[in-house]
Amino acid sequence: MAGVLSKAALEEIARLRAGYPQPRSALIPSLHVAQAEVGYLSEGAMAEVGEALGVPLTEVASVATFYEMFHLEPAGRHHIRICMNISCYLNGCDEVMDHLVRRLGIRPGQTTADGRVTLESVQCLAACEEAPVLLINAARHARVTPAAIDELLARLP
Amino acid sequence: MPRPLLTRYFGQPGRERIEAYLETGGYRAATAALRDLTPDKIVEIVEAAGLRGRGGAGFPTARKWKLTPKREGGERYLVVNGDESEPGTFKDRTIVEQDPHQLLEGILIAAYANLIPRAFIFLRGEFFTGYERLSRALADAYARGYFGRDILGTGFDLEVIIHRGAGAYICGEETALLESLEGRRGFPRQKPPYYPAVMGLYSQPTVLNNVETLAHLPHILGLGAEGYRAYGPPVLYSVSGHVLNPGVKELPLGTPLREIIFEHAGGLRSGRTLKTVFPGGSSSAIIPPESLDTPADFESLAKIGSMLGSSAIIVMDDSTCIPAVIARTVEFYRDESCGKCTPCREGTIWLTQIFDRILTGKGRMEDLDLLDGIARNMTGTCFCLLGESVPPSLRASLKYFRAEYEHHITTGTCDVRAVAAARV
Repeated sequence: MAGVLSKAALEEIARLRAGYPQPRSALIPSLHVAQAEVGYLSEGAMAEVGEALGVPLTEVASVATFYEMFHLEPAGRHHIRICMNISCYLNGCDEVMDHLVRRLGIRPGQTTADGRVTLESVQCLAACEEAPVLLINAARHARVTPAAIDELLARLP
Repeated sequence: MPRPLLTRYFGQPGRERIEAYLETGGYRAATAALRDLTPDKIVEIVEAAGLRGRGGAGFPTARKWKLTPKREGGERYLVVNGDESEPGTFKDRTIVEQDPHQLLEGILIAAYANLIPRAFIFLRGEFFTGYERLSRALADAYARGYFGRDILGTGFDLEVIIHRGAGAYICGEETALLESLEGRRGFPRQKPPYYPAVMGLYSQPTVLNNVETLAHLPHILGLGAEGYRAYGPPVLYSVSGHVLNPGVKELPLGTPLREIIFEHAGGLRSGRTLKTVFPGGSSSAIIPPESLDTPADFESLAKIGSMLGSSAIIVMDDSTCIPAVIARTVEFYRDESCGKCTPCREGTIWLTQIFDRILTGKGRMEDLDLLDGIARNMTGTCFCLLGESVPPSLRASLKYFRAEYEHHITTGTCDVRAVAAARV
């Protein structure tokens, strides 16, 4: 059976593994590698990570389901994470979230039918000076407003 | 006011490049320390400087180091807590993004002071920009010989790995962080015996320090204990919420809250008055406006029933609905509870159910005693500090802003202004 992870990803996992006295320590960083490549943590991807590090699949899945950043279902190409914690709440994140829900037609935790956008409400992103703040994939956007959302969505490929 | 030490070069583009850091005297303190000072001497200087952990607990850094046995031959580790996620706190992220070499130089000094050859930087997974800049900074520093084998010809070796987390507030708790670093779910460990100093990473002695704590070290070594103390000592306050100029404010420890908010963070929007603040992140008890002249330091805030914590000041003006804010914090702890212990797992669920009732106009007067009772029963009974962080702000809100809860319950609506008017 052809593997899920590319040779490059497996090499990266081997490199990560070599950085730790115990291979299992590389599990979470390796799951990041797998998720970046596959788009989510499929059972096949988790099994291959486990095999590379000598960790049983059940244990890999146990860890993967604990951490918010890991997804066991396919996610959208663009992942919008919006902070709903205190400083963002005080600066209007609820209006921004309502606007996103309306514009995208999905609830937090869902992905648009075309697989373009996943919307997620997250906890404090440690960028409270920029509240309300959200991440689109790796890029952070500061002081977002409903109008800014329209612009950001229009620019998404 | 003395000029800033840690934040001096914040905002300077390209600061993650080692050339920029070296140009302003970077790595000079670490170089001098490795060449001219014994590890014991460094511990002595850090002790004299009075450095206390900046992750929230405020434990004296030198004492923590001394608690870590320096036995020959055995494995020992330095772990950097860069999992900053206490709501309101953003100083560590800012250091990592804006001046990452400052952290790396601090790591080099701390590792040498403890004769530790291996360090892990546990960086919050959501810090995408920080990870990129820190990785580049570390690669540059390796290339210049500040890390790796035989550093600067002194015979001291240090390998540093940046470890990305994956989103879990509980991992800021030091023993949960170590579990996570070992590739497991972030469940906190039983203390004793798992004090990191003696049974830390892989059950070996481990020095665990916060990002900001380490970033102070180059300045302490560069200026000497006394020279450094003349700066306050300095502390990074994260100021956010209803202020016009939020951000990281480097000020002498013990600057009064009023001065921090009104002189350094731009004050409030026009026509607004201050209602309350979290002085140390959402785990700290909110304080009444009468306490605004309290110096923001460990002892003074403890005296008024709150704490300095991670020195994250979240400011709320008179437009704020207090039950809604406290509900938001309780939901946060509910979502982030690891589920290991009952008081935290169940307590946070019960509390949010009651808050849902109150905020949707279905509250009952006896709900207020119920909230307080659950909070009291969580105090001192949770396995780790996550659950213990829920009661302080909740109980303080019932004490100082009870009228707002009662208004929600009796009228079924949120009318912040009516309650304020009734109080005058």
